[in-house]
Amino acid sequence: MSDLAEIISGNEDQIRTEWIRDMSKSVVRTDLISRTEVEEQSKTLLQAIVAGVKAGGVSDITGPGWTGAREILQDLSASRARQGFSPSEVAMFILSLKQPLFGAIRRDLAKNLDKMVEAIWAATELLDSLALLTTEAYMATREELIGRQQQELLELSTPVVKLWDGILALPIIGTLDSARTQVVMESLLQEVVATNSKYAIIDITGVPTVDTLVAQHLLKTITAARLMGAECIISGVRPQIAQTIVHLGINLEDVITKAKLSDAFALALERSGRAVVRKAAGAGAAPVLAGPLAKQES
Amino acid sequence: MIQPRVETLPLKTSNDVVFARQRVRQWATELHFGLVDLTKLVTAASELARNALDHGKGGAMRIEQVGNGAKVGLKLTFEDQGPGIPDIEMALKDGFTTGSGMGFGLGGSKRLVNEFAIESAPGKGTRVTVVRWK
Amino acid sequence: MERIPVLRMGSLLLITIQVDMHDKLAMQLQDDVTQRISEWGSTGVLIDISSLEIVDSFIGRMLANIAAMSRILGAATVVVGMQPAVAITLVELGMSLPGVRTALSVEAGMELLYGAGAGFRTGSDDDPAQG
Repeated sequence: MSDLAEIISGNEDQIRTEWIRDMSKSVVRTDLISRTEVEEQSKTLLQAIVAGVKAGGVSDITGPGWTGAREILQDLSASRARQGFSPSEVAMFILSLKQPLFGAIRRDLAKNLDKMVEAIWAATELLDSLALLTTEAYMATREELIGRQQQELLELSTPVVKLWDGILALPIIGTLDSARTQVVMESLLQEVVATNSKYAIIDITGVPTVDTLVAQHLLKTITAARLMGAECIISGVRPQIAQTIVHLGINLEDVITKAKLSDAFALALERSGRAVVRKAAGAGAAPVLAGPLAKQES
Repeated sequence: MIQPRVETLPLKTSNDVVFARQRVRQWATELHFGLVDLTKLVTAASELARNALDHGKGGAMRIEQVGNGAKVGLKLTFEDQGPGIPDIEMALKDGFTTGSGMGFGLGGSKRLVNEFAIESAPGKGTRVTVVRWK
Repeated sequence: MERIPVLRMGSLLLITIQVDMHDKLAMQLQDDVTQRISEWGSTGVLIDISSLEIVDSFIGRMLANIAAMSRILGAATVVVGMQPAVAITLVELGMSLPGVRTALSVEAGMELLYGAGAGFRTGSDDDPAQG
């Protein structure tokens, strides 16, 4: 459909001017993007479309001739998604090109109705497929954004707490999947360095199940901590989990495990050369009732 | 800094290996890779670059950005015209070694990246292609 | 040729690696450490890698070699300051650095080598002045 290619490139300036002029406010969104930027993008995009039509024809935008235009569209769509445009607004940006394009076709092919109809159809197909491409790129970006937010939520949901100088605890609540475990691993090790803590207690009381993958990730965390010069203790191992671990044949020989967090804490204190001492009797607060078995007021 | 889409670096000396991994680091930093992903990629690059130099008798590394708008990654291609690897499966096993050192580092490098492909045959050189997504 | 400096503190050798090492530099360091241990009769080697953002299998082997050679010469080695990303990567790579003791900081490393009486505090609850 070389007619369309000629029509677009021959009328490029006029098409662009009309396109920008007639863009509805909802597409332009001056609250999110400057007018100048929109004009720049429109110019670049139209040029890319012209190049695409010349190099790759109008019927198939997946070919190599359209690579440049596809990339520009994908980048544009991705950046608009990040800026907060709705999917319709992004698609409309492309679709609003139809009117000025049809105008140019009508002017150039006024004398030949058949060719005009053919050109209008080709233009419609082209812009529709470009708009669909835009929508897909938009969706992909949104998913990436959601993924990142999930990541941040993961980080927030597994806080690392300091139990004492040099002793950290990481209480894990909920299911541990691959992504979460990596986030957990990284933040624990970073805290180890930041607080110079030799002992890190990973409490899994709140973890319902442990499968081989989770166990492997935990083991990797422990090995990494050890490589850095810190020791991990796993606590909160419930009987069911202990059974699962044995049944799965997971080797925990090198790992210190305790049933309760308090046991793990006691161990860490001991290993770091500390002891908790009860003060001598009477050294605490004064008793409420004074004297030996104070008489009751009757 | 405008990033060229593809960059090719020679791997002929041990300084080249250092420079190569510094370039990979720069590329990954500009693309805002997370710290752990970056470290894994640069370490893999170091291993594979060294392989190309030590076992492959010198070669080259190509860096290119891959992916479309949403998914972004870096692809590294290591090529050498060396003797080639007779048994690729063996080479990918941990601890495999042909002499000094702890092995080709191939199995380990594979774990550090998201995509790993290797083509090699005795007398035909070796090409290793890896991709790490952001 | 540039070298990584090896500092002496009594019977301790202190090495801080701050540059991206190429192979020759790493070999030179191995040589220097063994030389110095013999020359000065050092009993401890402390290698600070807190500035290293990348430790690949070659550097890992270098550290393991230094530890092994030093032990034969009668000195103990401790590597300190490994960054989390490096540790995570080494684990993935499958490197366990056999025979290499590690500690979180220079102070912790000293304590490991010479015991708690080395005069370096590692926790604020040890210092009454800090409450």
